Amino acid sequence: MTERADTYKSICDAITPFNKKGVALSETTTFAGDLEWDSLTVMDFVAEIEDTFDIIISMNMQAEIETVGQLTDAVIKLKASPVAEGREK
Amino acid sequence: MTDLFSKFDPLIEQRATLLATGVRDPFSLVMQRVLSPTEAICNGKHTILLGTYNYMGMTFDADVIAAGKAAFDDFGSGTTGSRVLNGTFSPHKDCEEALKEFYDRKYAMVFSTGYQALLGPISTLAGKGDYIILDIDSHASIWDGCRMGDAEVVPFKHNDIEALEKRLKRVPEGAHKLVVLEGVYSMLGDVAPLKDMVRIAKAHGAMVLVDEAHSMGFIGEHGRGVAEDQGVIDDVDFICGTFSKSVGTVGGFCVSNHPKFEILRLVCRPYVFTAAPPPSVVASAAVSIRKLMHGGNKRAHLWENSKRLHAGLKSLGFQLGTQTPQSAIIAVIMPDLERGAMMWEALLDEGLYVNLARPPATPANMTLLRCSLCAEHSAEQVGEIITRFERAGKKAGILAA
Repeated sequence: MTERADTYKSICDAITPFNKKGVALSETTTFAGDLEWDSLTVMDFVAEIEDTFDIIISMNMQAEIETVGQLTDAVIKLKASPVAEGREK
Repeated sequence: MTDLFSKFDPLIEQRATLLATGVRDPFSLVMQRVLSPTEAICNGKHTILLGTYNYMGMTFDADVIAAGKAAFDDFGSGTTGSRVLNGTFSPHKDCEEALKEFYDRKYAMVFSTGYQALLGPISTLAGKGDYIILDIDSHASIWDGCRMGDAEVVPFKHNDIEALEKRLKRVPEGAHKLVVLEGVYSMLGDVAPLKDMVRIAKAHGAMVLVDEAHSMGFIGEHGRGVAEDQGVIDDVDFICGTFSKSVGTVGGFCVSNHPKFEILRLVCRPYVFTAAPPPSVVASAAVSIRKLMHGGNKRAHLWENSKRLHAGLKSLGFQLGTQTPQSAIIAVIMPDLERGAMMWEALLDEGLYVNLARPPATPANMTLLRCSLCAEHSAEQVGEIITRFERAGKKAGILAA
């Protein structure tokens, strides 16, 4: 499996316990629209993803992420460079 | 035609449904007369107040009122200007001196409201590329401060020490960090494990800001709050708070020992771009703050009240927000908003006012009846409160009849 496919699968696995309605997952599944998650569920899920990949997904970044595919890309980017947003030292 | 108000339709509908059940609107109560810190006339009825955050009962203190009246006479009714222009009168400086004495800090800034006292420092201190790490159950003023600034915002699970530490470890090396905590969380009345959290935050090189709004005046040896009580106040960089609770007026503050603190007066927008509080308000606050320094007996009585009410409600069978009394707030958990509103009205009919708190202000979508005790509640009043809770609980079907 490629790294992206690997990450995508891990994210889908993490979604499962929060997927109360049993929605079929794809790259374009949205968290708010399709999964109908409220803010508390989002928070618990984000904490789970952060712990799984040892990254921080700030609220600012979360605002840009709507689909499972976008989250996969964001996680890969954050894993590669936690300083991706670039802070001048 | 589009209507900007259409986004509020779900809330409008929820309110209409609730009011259609015949229940009185819990969010538009008017007090016709306020008799003391613990009693008022509501809807023509003599009512015990148990939802005012007037923890130390300073609103009717004779010295506090006299100071306000004198300032009216000497300085007029308002400042009509910003603190950095024409809005700093000697009572404002004296109020800041009182805060420095109370907290034993070198610097103090007074804001027009408690909301601005959090909004201002948080949005100003943490800028682009900086990280704010905060408890998920933080007050709206803290969240709005985060939203107003440009920092990366990282919440962690409520009062979870490990969750805080994990996030601190993951912040990119070299980034500045601000950890924002509260001493007492106002919804459930639970206290934060500041001893561990502040130590961990400092170990990771973060600055720490603690909101002690709901602990000032009665938690800690000198009433400085939870950070003092848990022995970590000297490691806290900024303490923020409000005059609208224990102090008994309105306004807010931030105190610190940071040598560059004073520059905030020029860069903190919620401080600069608003009028300074009226001189009567800060003159009253200054007297109140200094009196709170010697409020040991009142503090002890407030704790007795809190313990007794907690034990009384628990033994009646109510579900409470905390297993033990941790502050002057006791939250009674309701099954849902409808029954919460019914219970709230039944209490009001009994002559007892509490706060009805509901989502999104509450954690985990809970509906709460939030009770806040006052040092001026007498032992008889606390007994009467428990009796009224029992009667209302049976009437509203929260307790078995």
